[in-house]
Amino acid sequence: MATNNKKTSISTGIIYAVLIFWALTTIYPFIWVILNSFRKKGLILSDSFSLPLGDAFTMDNYITAWQRSDFKNAYLNSFLISGTVTVIVIILAGLAAYGLTRYQFRGRGLLYSLIMGGMMFPVFATIIPVFRMEVIMGIAGRGNRWLSMLAVILPQIAGNLCFSIIVLMGFIQSVPIELEESAYLDGCNVFQIYFHIIIPAAKSSFATVAIFTFLWSYNDLFTQSFFLRYPQEKAITGLLNEISSQAGVNYGLMASSVVLVVIPVLLVYIALQKHIIKGLTAGAIKG
Amino acid sequence: MKSMIYKKKSPLIVFLVPAFLFIFVFLYYPFFQNIINTFLSIGGLGRAAEGVNTPWYENYARLFTDPYMRTAMKNTAILIVCTVIFQVGIALILALLVDNVKHGQQFFRTVYFFPIVISATALGLMFNLIFLYKGGMINQLLLKLGLLNYEVKTNGKMIVEWLDWKDKAHFMPTMFMPVMWQYVGFYFVIIVTGINNIPSDLYEAAALDGADGWKKTRYITLPLLRNVLRTCLVLAITGALKVFDLPWVMFGAGMPENQGWLTGTYMYDQTFNRMNVDYGSTIAVFIVVLGIILSNAANRLIKPLEDF
Repeated sequence: MATNNKKTSISTGIIYAVLIFWALTTIYPFIWVILNSFRKKGLILSDSFSLPLGDAFTMDNYITAWQRSDFKNAYLNSFLISGTVTVIVIILAGLAAYGLTRYQFRGRGLLYSLIMGGMMFPVFATIIPVFRMEVIMGIAGRGNRWLSMLAVILPQIAGNLCFSIIVLMGFIQSVPIELEESAYLDGCNVFQIYFHIIIPAAKSSFATVAIFTFLWSYNDLFTQSFFLRYPQEKAITGLLNEISSQAGVNYGLMASSVVLVVIPVLLVYIALQKHIIKGLTAGAIKG
Repeated sequence: MKSMIYKKKSPLIVFLVPAFLFIFVFLYYPFFQNIINTFLSIGGLGRAAEGVNTPWYENYARLFTDPYMRTAMKNTAILIVCTVIFQVGIALILALLVDNVKHGQQFFRTVYFFPIVISATALGLMFNLIFLYKGGMINQLLLKLGLLNYEVKTNGKMIVEWLDWKDKAHFMPTMFMPVMWQYVGFYFVIIVTGINNIPSDLYEAAALDGADGWKKTRYITLPLLRNVLRTCLVLAITGALKVFDLPWVMFGAGMPENQGWLTGTYMYDQTFNRMNVDYGSTIAVFIVVLGIILSNAANRLIKPLEDF
């Protein structure tokens, strides 16, 4: 028995070692970048593993990044774009998911397959016609900051709707119908049922969908670089891409810019990580 | 009762029309327009077509004669094989291991999933610093471990021979590792959920029969994960075909020496840098078609488990 115990504790030790090793590969690169964003320029190439203390410490990389590029404006643009996309996606996807789950009607199966199909289109298979269409509508390519932002928002909403509807449908299905029945007996109509019963009951899945939509929109370089071409229009991911092509050998500047872009995402992730993983696994990957 | 609440269909208009309007106008219409574009001659992004190509299938013929397209196909095929083996493989191993430990399950999930929420632009820049030629993280580490060679100059000075991670001999792992690394956590979370969905009485019954540890994994967990692994396989294949931003930030247009194209990056370059809009659209259609064919093939290859 004693040897058996010893054997299990050794194998448990190995298991933990492997798990921790992979955890390090995901965390350490970020720690390395953060440390080096505080290090004096020249030292990054010779001594990047130590803590940047004493002489090696500097805030210059951040000051340069902030002064050279318009981070404040880019943050504002990003939050306006991604915030709007998130709010509209939640409203529309919630309504559609509710309608598709609770109503039986002809064509329901077809609409469902259209949503599944819509998830397969890569952005670059739709973006050129969208661009042409928005030029004709007078939204894209005008050099007007607000119109250009609208030009990004519209396709991003469509791109996020399908995934969101699928996730929300999974959740609304699991809301017990008895709640709706008693509300109906109390004289509520379907819209009141939706707002007073369904939304509160599926709150956590709405949170999941909101987080994913926000992050995808915030991180989406492709659509941003397409529609936001003038300096005052730049959103945060596009700005980072621009910095990376201009920074040349200023590696400290690159490191600090990466940190500035990642920090909002990191904060959102840490604050809401429970929702992110729980909601995703419960809704999207059923069967 | 349910039918009574939801018998009147008129509210459906409010529920469905706005969302499907977006889906039709900004997904389906552009997608079909894009297919039409592949037969037309289009010289610039916002421009109207100048007419039909001669012959009309010119772009599709070009797909099969274009040497860079062949390179892109080859690289993407290798990437697909690597993603399936390493991305899904590592995720499966980690998920099985996590299932066997008592502490820190939540921690490992959170940490493994983290790279997925970071933009590929930021990750690409980070990996550029890590794989940097002179004094990048990996080369510094190799230097510290004494694994790099020195070149002795005539004046007696020793010069480090840094490894160029982006040259012809090394670019493939440098390009593929970050792509695979980023999404391991995604498949990990899917597989862990699959494991948690396996009814625990199956394990109890197996324990009574004397199965433990590896035997439980081999005879219960793995067979019952079949459907989940099938989903992962399809997602990995279609995902690998679409890979664009991370390689684009790290390597740009086909570096090194036009050896580094992927279908995604080649499509982007043709459309946006070379203004071959119609040819770019053709590559995009090709990617979608290939995705459908390959994921169907994968689905046929692994038969679903009916009774679970």
